Amino acid sequence: MAVEILMPALSPTMTEGKLARWLKREGEDVRSGDVLAEIETDKATMELEAVNDGVLGRILVPAGAESVAVNAPIAIILEDGESADTKPAPALASPALAPPAAAPAMAAAAPSASTAMPAMAESEWTGPSTQMTVRECLRDAMAEEMRRDPNVFLMGEEVGQYQGAYKVSQGLLEEFGERRVVDTPITEMGFAGLGIGAAIMGLRPIVEFMTFNFAMQAIDQIVNSAAKTHYMSGGQISCPIVFRGPNGAAARVAAQHSQEYSSWYAHIPGLKVVAPYSAADHKGLLKAAIRDGNPVIVLEHELLYGQSFDVPNAPDWIVPIGKARIARAGKDVTVVAFSRMVGVALEAARILAEEGIDAEIVDLRTIRPLDVAAIVASVKKTNRLVSVEEGWPVCGIGAEMAAIAMEHVFDYLDAPLVRVTGADVPMPYAANLEKLALPQAADIVAACKRVSYRS
Amino acid sequence: MVPSKTQEAGSTARKDSRRKVAAAEPPTLLELYRQMLLIRRLEEKAGQMYGMGLIGGFCHLYIGQEAVVVGMQAAILPEDSVITSYRDHGHMLACGMDPKGVLAELCGRRGGYSKGKGGSMHMFSREKNFYGGHGIVGAQVPLGTGIAFAHRYRGNGAVCLTYFGDGAVNQGQVYESFNMAALWKLPVIYVIENNKYGMGTAIERASARTDFYQRGMGHGIPGQQVDGMDVLAVKAAGEKAVAAARAGKGPVILEMITYRYRGHSMSDPAKYRTREEVQKVRSEQDPIDRLAHLLVEDGHAGEDELKDIDRRIKAQVTEAAEFAQNSPEPDTAELFTDILVRA
Repeated sequence: MAVEILMPALSPTMTEGKLARWLKREGEDVRSGDVLAEIETDKATMELEAVNDGVLGRILVPAGAESVAVNAPIAIILEDGESADTKPAPALASPALAPPAAAPAMAAAAPSASTAMPAMAESEWTGPSTQMTVRECLRDAMAEEMRRDPNVFLMGEEVGQYQGAYKVSQGLLEEFGERRVVDTPITEMGFAGLGIGAAIMGLRPIVEFMTFNFAMQAIDQIVNSAAKTHYMSGGQISCPIVFRGPNGAAARVAAQHSQEYSSWYAHIPGLKVVAPYSAADHKGLLKAAIRDGNPVIVLEHELLYGQSFDVPNAPDWIVPIGKARIARAGKDVTVVAFSRMVGVALEAARILAEEGIDAEIVDLRTIRPLDVAAIVASVKKTNRLVSVEEGWPVCGIGAEMAAIAMEHVFDYLDAPLVRVTGADVPMPYAANLEKLALPQAADIVAACKRVSYRS
Repeated sequence: MVPSKTQEAGSTARKDSRRKVAAAEPPTLLELYRQMLLIRRLEEKAGQMYGMGLIGGFCHLYIGQEAVVVGMQAAILPEDSVITSYRDHGHMLACGMDPKGVLAELCGRRGGYSKGKGGSMHMFSREKNFYGGHGIVGAQVPLGTGIAFAHRYRGNGAVCLTYFGDGAVNQGQVYESFNMAALWKLPVIYVIENNKYGMGTAIERASARTDFYQRGMGHGIPGQQVDGMDVLAVKAAGEKAVAAARAGKGPVILEMITYRYRGHSMSDPAKYRTREEVQKVRSEQDPIDRLAHLLVEDGHAGEDELKDIDRRIKAQVTEAAEFAQNSPEPDTAELFTDILVRA
């Protein structure tokens, strides 16, 4: 059957082009793959190849024609034995393609995946508890989940024989063996990707980064492979994986080992991000992360590993991802913080109390999805908001707090929000400069006084 | 371990194929022919539909390379898994995925494998053990290594075919993967589809050495160069490599010497190679013509039988194209679904 050749689009944006020249004449034999014509766009000259064998029956658009619309018939190919008068088969689709229905304009209040996650806070623990360090809690969380689910395994640099660069995985190799506690080469991108491959097969890897500074080597795999695959597959493939390790400044390790990454990962749809402070929250959130069906980033802090807190004596005590916690109730000013900065904020609150300012400390615990309701409820009570983070100010978590304040509690604010952040510099090594680069309790005290119009 | 070099691309392949015909039963040969032709015809249709504006964005066609995936697929079992780059339509068809779902996805319609949300480069089928469809050059290599890790973790005896191109062989994460796969003896076969050009750059202009089958030598991974335009040579090399990986001997590298007839993507003016070069490969080494010649010459099928297969495949592809165009665009509510799994 005769086939119409249509003016092709050579890129998604092309609507018309010039038919520069014909390389076949009417009546000439055409083999699949032969160049029929050259087409020029503003960007390039391209060759139009024949797809079918046959004879070039008629040329409908002469060489040199400008502004030929995409999908306009330009020639007719005849099968052997057909005459040029044969009525061509209808083209594959109507050349006049209806433009796709315009996407509905997205209102600012479009449901965002990060805020639409309903989660129930854990109930207040009233049972027996034990003083434990953050380090012990992380290990116990992993051990309990590995006992519970044979698909859970730990991999990373020095997690096995060395017992963890920060001794977090102490004893795990002995209990679970080399099959489930896997020492990797120093190859972050490779083992992050390998873990993701295992996760899409239904295993539940816990990938430890010695610190999150080294995860920058792997961030393409975390973002492009782990976070996006569920969406790109139309929901068919999921990636239940945990990436965990210390994040932020340790002590005197300088610029390449002291970065804080919460806003980097919190930016990504398809990830969950937690950054706990207390030992109980480290345990409860890591357990929740391991059981979660999504990629979860667990941002720990080296300076918290040795700190002790009361931890519930209950192996199934879980802290839900997505719920903040009021670390200290107060009525005068809301201080939003996470990870180690919660401790610094609590110290600031003690100083402020002596000066008659009653600060409420909101421990975010989860950075994505953010517990917007908890922030909003607190600000509605105090009418003042200070955000605290160890990371840099530009496009940081504090900037997100400012947006939340504008969108949700603008009319409740008695003062503009103040951000307390790390200094906008690479982390210096010298002790005095490092201290200046990191938020201190005095900075939080000053910020709280500023939003309270007290000096 | 010294890698062996089986043969130069295309040089003596016709003779070699003949030698192996005895081992492959005629229905198998016809089935290989049918699969390669289905890929060819579907890709031609995709090219047409792209030209008509029905397919958007990037569209990387597999025309010319059909023997690689069809031959390799004939060497594995249904429980084995497959992962590849963005030139992936052929791999999906060879895995047994439905042409309708593939073309509908290319058109961004809800009947597509990813409900229209993935497009040409991102389709998956858990049912057929096809794990994508990945758009970052080389990033599927650690993923495929991890799939093999999962097979070994579970001890299920399956292997993973991890495909990548000559453009990906210089990515660092490929060697990170080689190291771990060799270290842990993972059941993975790295299939390098060397089609001579990484986008518009000839391999000689991008790689200090172009004998890619030797790229695993530093990790003790055996490699073999294979005529990727000869489906039977591919199948034979694949069977050997799969057997070794399945037996716990660790990874194998197969370098398939192949050629793509079309541009890197649809918007490729192809000024980096001559038309004569393309036509020479087409006329002398085309994998489908070569198998057709063999089938007829050895009396496995008549010309009419092959024409009949072509007619049926064309009808199948036309039907798939109609399905794709008639499938509605995704519901707008789908914008916010499939971001996270419900806990």
